[in-house]
Amino acid sequence: MTAADGGPGPALLAARGVSVSFPVGSQLAARLRHEERLLRAVDGVDLEVGRGEALALVGESGSGKSTLALALSGLRPADKGEISLDGRTLPARRSNADRRRVQMVFQDPYSSLNPRMTIGGMLRELLRVHHVVPRGQVVQESTRLLTLVGLPAEAVSAYPRQFSGGQRQRVAIARALALRPDVLIADEPVSALDVSVQATILNLLAGLRSELGLSLLLISHNLAVVRHLCDRVAVMYLGRIVEVAPTEELFGAPRHPYTRGLLAAIPRLVHNASATGAPAIAGDPPSPLRIPAGCRFRTRCPIAQQRCEKEDPQLAGAAQAPGHVAACHFAFAPAPPAASGLARTGDQR
Amino acid sequence: MSAELGPAAPGPAAGGVTPAGTVLEVRDLHVRIASRLGTVRAVDGVSFDVAAGEALGLVGESGSGKSMTLRALLGVLPAEARVTAGEILLDGVDLVPRTQAELNRIRGPKMSMIFQEPMSALNPVMRVGWQIAEGPQVHLGLSRARAAERALELMRRVGIPDPDRRFRAYPHEFSGGMRQRVMIAIALSCDPEIILCDEPTTALDVTIQDQILRLLARLCRESGASLVFVTHDLPVVAQICQRVAVMYGGQLVERGAVGDVLLDPWHPYTRGLVRSAPDFDYVRDSLVPIPGSPPSLITPPPGCRFHPRCEFAEADCRVSETPLRLLPGGRATACLHYERCLEAAAADRAQA
Repeated sequence: MTAADGGPGPALLAARGVSVSFPVGSQLAARLRHEERLLRAVDGVDLEVGRGEALALVGESGSGKSTLALALSGLRPADKGEISLDGRTLPARRSNADRRRVQMVFQDPYSSLNPRMTIGGMLRELLRVHHVVPRGQVVQESTRLLTLVGLPAEAVSAYPRQFSGGQRQRVAIARALALRPDVLIADEPVSALDVSVQATILNLLAGLRSELGLSLLLISHNLAVVRHLCDRVAVMYLGRIVEVAPTEELFGAPRHPYTRGLLAAIPRLVHNASATGAPAIAGDPPSPLRIPAGCRFRTRCPIAQQRCEKEDPQLAGAAQAPGHVAACHFAFAPAPPAASGLARTGDQR
Repeated sequence: MSAELGPAAPGPAAGGVTPAGTVLEVRDLHVRIASRLGTVRAVDGVSFDVAAGEALGLVGESGSGKSMTLRALLGVLPAEARVTAGEILLDGVDLVPRTQAELNRIRGPKMSMIFQEPMSALNPVMRVGWQIAEGPQVHLGLSRARAAERALELMRRVGIPDPDRRFRAYPHEFSGGMRQRVMIAIALSCDPEIILCDEPTTALDVTIQDQILRLLARLCRESGASLVFVTHDLPVVAQICQRVAVMYGGQLVERGAVGDVLLDPWHPYTRGLVRSAPDFDYVRDSLVPIPGSPPSLITPPPGCRFHPRCEFAEADCRVSETPLRLLPGGRATACLHYERCLEAAAADRAQA
């Protein structure tokens, strides 16, 4: 989608046709037989993050969200497609200046911080290597960063083990912000934290975004968090983006059957559906090693038709819903087909 | 007492005070853990009961004592932990003073557990069919062939496709959701009266969680088994439980029907939990975190354990013990000033 069809201004970070695969199985056998088994974690994804925008990426585990995030941040090269920043295509090996502009916060603050370095040591190293501030101001800058994320200045001389999970996540955010990025990619930043602590980190992210004008790409499986924090949502399924829309529109009028199922599967405090009825989506996601031909969701789709087995639907929009695209043949059809029973539910690995 | 097999009538009550239809009664349970830094008061005077066919949610954050309570019920506490006081009555029979052999006989067929991580709870080198058949062989005295038949039937009931073939599969050949279905089949294999669940869906995707919760709810309704469901996820409790008990710092702070407690909390901690979690149906401008951090259970604060973090704390909260008080409507709260929660909620509503 582009700015012309209702996007939030010119794209800052954009992926075009990005694919990332992992070789699996024996490498020797692959060389002998001249064929390599590839797991396509991300399979031709177009995505744009606007300046100052908060975009959410949601989907089940194994849908490729985290791999896409690694590709966008330059931590993992894309096999195909290109990633551009401010309209400029980035080379496979990014310069330090480009790396600085896209930073990541990881899920587990217990394993993503170096246990042998003090918080101050971590920040000072970054600030020196990337020449963010003149040498004389490095110490001062690291204290400023800690204050920015709500940690006391004394934290500079502490080690990660002296902090709780929530505080560690603040340190991880300070580390990402040290390089003054334009885009912050947060991969499940609160799912390792207790409920009462999650709120502090979510509020911090929201505050930093408006204070610093950051663009935020939030990867989460928690749709309540997404609805709270993001302007737009992209739904991913088996390596593809299947629907993108402004948050309230996606939650109010989802067009893809997968999004509808995902929304119906959320446990709610109020308005709970009958607890014993049929599940929102049956079956497990297929293995990414054997992606179904045609539409990849058809094996679990309640409205799958004959056509879905042959034609792979592309992301497409409609005039009546600007900024809303979905990869389903019937997304914007006036009368979507009724339940078909063509889905092969119970289709396991 | 006798360890009846099969569908059990409510047993002969030990003190004659267990109300009819109560399967499990926990009275003033205390669990202490010895550690280098001192004795951890992990569970400190917890009381609740579970009626036949009822699902009770036990919620709290990490370190609140909810998992320790559950492990004490099943008698699988870690080596350093022991029950120092209190009673756990299963059909009126106290489980606390029993030896391991007695426990196996009494509790084996009546109580089962579903763990959070099926991959570490299942035996990786045993075919899943035989893992399901093990309980009926040991506790119900079924022959190997009959037990295998029962396992196949259970696999069908929990929705494992192609059970005849998958009987001989190993746990690693299953997806996360399918492994949790195997766990459920094992838990149901002896027709238990009560199933204990420790965050059974936390490791699963939301779509698979939805499948598992619905399956559990349906199977419990069909078999009449009760559930004790430990989780930190309030919407999950709202979906599957009828009653909820909220734990904080090793104690119960509030108890009541799910709709009452979660939508209209009568304890500042419950109120804090509800307000700090983003709610899918109600988007607020900003979330309200609970300030401070959970108390040390080695030297818990005097008086109400929540008072250092409580917005409504007064002088008496710092000194008086705060046991759970029964209130009209079948609700109970440990808060001395729970009216303040009602006033604050009314003020919130007026503002909205």
